[in-house]
Order: sequence, then C-alpha cells, then structure tokens
Amino acid sequence: MLFIELFIQGLIQGSTYAIIAVGLTLIYGLLRVLHVAHAGLFTLAAYLGVTVTNQFGSLSLGIVVATLTSGIVGVVIYRLVYEPILNKPPYVALIASIGLYIAMEELFRLIFGPFGLSFSSAPLQNVVVIFGIHLRACQIITVITNVVLLGILAWIAQKTRVGIGWRATVDDPEMSASFGIDPIRVRYLVFFVGSALAAVAGVLVALLTNLVEPTMGAVPSYKSLAIIVLGGLGNVFGTLIASLALGVIEAFGTIYIGDFLDRDAIAFAFLVVVLMIKPTGLFKSR
Amino acid sequence: MGPYEISLATGVGIYVILAVSLNLITGYCGQISLGHAAFFGIGAYTVALLSKLGWPMYLTLAAGLSSAGIIGVIIGLTSLRVKEDFLAIVTMGVAFLFVGIVRQQEFFGGEMGISGIPSHGMTKFAYLCFVLVFAMLSILFSWYVKKAWIGFAFDAVADDEGTARTLGLDIKSYKLTAFAMGTSMAGLAGGLYAYYTRFIVPETFGFIESITILSMVAVGGIGSTFGVVFATVLLVMMPEVFRFINDYKLLLYGALLFGVMRFKPEGLSGFYTLLTGNKEK
Repeated sequence: MLFIELFIQGLIQGSTYAIIAVGLTLIYGLLRVLHVAHAGLFTLAAYLGVTVTNQFGSLSLGIVVATLTSGIVGVVIYRLVYEPILNKPPYVALIASIGLYIAMEELFRLIFGPFGLSFSSAPLQNVVVIFGIHLRACQIITVITNVVLLGILAWIAQKTRVGIGWRATVDDPEMSASFGIDPIRVRYLVFFVGSALAAVAGVLVALLTNLVEPTMGAVPSYKSLAIIVLGGLGNVFGTLIASLALGVIEAFGTIYIGDFLDRDAIAFAFLVVVLMIKPTGLFKSR
Repeated sequence: MGPYEISLATGVGIYVILAVSLNLITGYCGQISLGHAAFFGIGAYTVALLSKLGWPMYLTLAAGLSSAGIIGVIIGLTSLRVKEDFLAIVTMGVAFLFVGIVRQQEFFGGEMGISGIPSHGMTKFAYLCFVLVFAMLSILFSWYVKKAWIGFAFDAVADDEGTARTLGLDIKSYKLTAFAMGTSMAGLAGGLYAYYTRFIVPETFGFIESITILSMVAVGGIGSTFGVVFATVLLVMMPEVFRFINDYKLLLYGALLFGVMRFKPEGLSGFYTLLTGNKEK
C-alpha cells in the first residue's frame, strides 16, 4: 500500500515538473537558450493566482489572469533580453537568465513580503477516496491537467498549420523562413505557450501547498534544467517521461535514501550518474 | 585599521582567490562552472575537520587544497564528456549535491555545521596579511598562466575545441589541468575561510554562493584577471560601504549579472579596452 501511495505522490509531483519543464525544453529546442528565469514566471503566476482568487473569489479568473500575464511577460522577456544576445556565446544568455531570475525572486520578496501568501479559503481541497487511496481534488486535477495540456500541445504540434510551421522552424529556420513562416512570430508563440504552461504549474503548486513564497521557483527552476537534460534537450516526450520518473524516484528516495541525500539533491545525483553513462541524456536530443 | 576594516579586507582577500580561481576554469579554459562554491566548501570542511583533530595549520591548508583539487579533477572528468549547456547544468548539480550530502551527515555537523574550529594563532592583522599574500600569489599565478605556453593552449581550447584538437593539443589534459588548478585554489580559499570565521554551515557553500563568485568573474570580464580582481573588490565592498544596499544585496547581484551580460558581455575589462584601444594582454 505504501508502495502505491508513494508511486502516486511521485506522479503528482512529477506532473508539476512536467508542465514547467516542457515549456523550458520547447524554448531550448527552438533557441538553444537555457531559460532559468522561466521559474520566475512560475512564481509570478502563483502570486497572481492567489491574489486574484482572494480578491474576487474566483479560481478560474485567477488562473486566466495568471496565465495570460505570465505568457505576455514571457514574450517581453524574450524580446528585451534574449533577442539581442542570441548570437553571443551560450553562457551569456545563461548567466543573464540566472541574474534575471535572482532579481525577480528579490522583487517578489520586496513586493509581496518574505513570508508568503495563502488562499483565504483554499479551493479544491476536498478529499476523494479512489481504490482506498485518499487524494485531494487538486492532486487529481494536477495529473489530469498535465495529461490534457500536453495532449493539446501534441495535437497542435502534429495536426494544425501553426504546429507544422513551428516544427519546421525548429528543424530548419532558414528553409522554413523561405517558405513564408515568420521565425520571429514562432519565437513569440513558443515563449507565450511555454510561459503560460509555467503559469498553470504555478497555480497548481499554489493549490497543492497552499503557500506561495518568493523562493518557491528556485528548486523547480534548477531541477527542471536537470529534467530537460535527462529528457534530451528539446525533446518534449523525453521531458515528460523524465519528469514523471524523477517525481517517482524522489518520492521513494526520500523514504529509502533520505538519510544520506537531501530530497532536492536526488535529481542531480540521478542527473550526474546518467550523464556519466550516457552524455546525451536518456532520450535523443532534437 | 580597526577590527572591522581588517575583517572586511580579509573577506575581500578570500573572494579574490575564489574569483581568480574560477576565472582560470571559466575565463581561460572556457569551461563554465556553476558549482564553484562546492570546492570552496570542500576546502573549508576538510580544514575544519582536520584542525579539530589537532593537525597544524600548514598541513590542514595543504589538505584542503588537495582534497578540493582531487574532487575537482573528478568533476572535471565530466567536462570531457559533456559540453557548454550540459556542463553548466552538471556543475550546477554538483553545487546542489555538495550541500545535499553535507547537510544530511552527522559527520559533517549536518544543518548546524561545524563550530569551534581552532584559532590560527595569529593576530587579526597578521592573518589579514597572511590571506593577502595568498591572494597576491594567486593573482601572480593567474598572470603567469596567461603568459605561459599553457595559457595559449587554454585559449585555443576555449575558442574552438575542434581546431585545437586538429593542432594536436591534448584537450583532455588541458581541461583537467584547468579544473585541478582552479578547484584547488578554491579549496585553499575555503581553508582560509574556515580559520577566518571558525564556524561553517552548509548554506555558505550553496548555489547562490557559486553565482556570487560567477558574478564577480562575469562583471569583471570573463578571462581578464585585472577586471575580475577589480570587480571582486567592488562587489564585496559595496554592500558594506553602502549599508542601505545590504538589504538589496541579492537584487543588486542579480541585476548586475543580468545587466552586464545583456549590455556588455565583456564586463569591466570591456571599458579598459574602450579606454586604451587595445585588448588587455
């Protein structure tokens, strides 16, 4: 029983990782930028979600506001930060992004205070029993959201004209530009979608923990970098598998090797071991 | 000098060693490292544990230096397998692993860290001079490396590995040498730090510390010893001199790191180039 419960807790945790990391890997696949500040948008969305929900009493409104705002801020970050330094060595964008993330974290601390916010009455906390396992509604919704969002994403990428243009640009930007696909618009789209996904994850984590803090993005941020490397940089399916696997490994690791290794260090131990054996990650990079 | 100035200057000296040592790896040899504080920590913990066993200072410092260097070479082995973005993430992982392991072990004092590290047995001022001698030595060493043959080899590896390999350079051993030199210097800085504060906790050597060291290198100008030393002195002193900044120290570091990379990736050394019209040699 403990085994199954740990497994399910791991899947729930892994689902939140997946929603964050997929946006990150999409951006990396297109631009070869490690977008650390991605987690800043995750935190921003969590704050917006809680504030709006508390103000107007509607969680759906909170989610919509958080998602749209984060999506737009993501596009603005691309336009103002990354676009001018894309042709510089890769570490330039990476260090700029880390700097931006740290600055964002401190700004949240200054604006919202260091102690964090909670929902005044947290929605979706009612307990459901499925096959004898007690789960909160928001935990089930997290897993469902993960499946639905990534399903929609896969459908867009495979079946729609927008998705075909997007994949063409990832494969060969110059060739697809000569076929009339505007590469800049594709970048805007990817940043908007990726940031909106991070925003959904932010609100979901806020529901799961009912606590939003300035530093809540730090661990997911660095961990999702490990995840996208494990999943093969730019590979969405690999990222999904790596996220869920890490969630499960962490859930078991905390119980069985927690005395030796911190929970947050497990991801990196896993990463270092995998990369030493297979330097390209578990799955093929795009 | 009052005790406050002495303590501040000692801190500056230790950070100069750290920044110069990271510059050897990231600046000269082009291998990005986001986990440098881990080696700082390895040095500090080695020295703390051995000095509590009663080892004399020169032996503990040597042990701190070599333990960080040995683990540095092991981590450096990853740089032979993974490059650029992958390497950045692996070294970031090292930073988290170090804190994650140390924090859980009774042997390393756990969350509480190690206190009661024996005194260095000098006056504060003498210890300052002791630290500054090491800081000076590491600057000189760094300049020497830049001018020596190995400096040119590092340059070639940093610029274009493929070409360097075609020229017959043994890339692997140069990368490992850079890691060995940089991390052992960081270990020495850790040892000096342990004697300086006589109390260490795992958080001091976490990821944020790695980024702080990196920001000194990046703001100074990646690869420029002069710029890096200047930026280090500036960044360590600034929050102390302007007390009101202290609350916003991290915001300042973040904004500086971001601003320099976004607008002037050459860092402060870029202004030097601008003034004199030629690149710093």
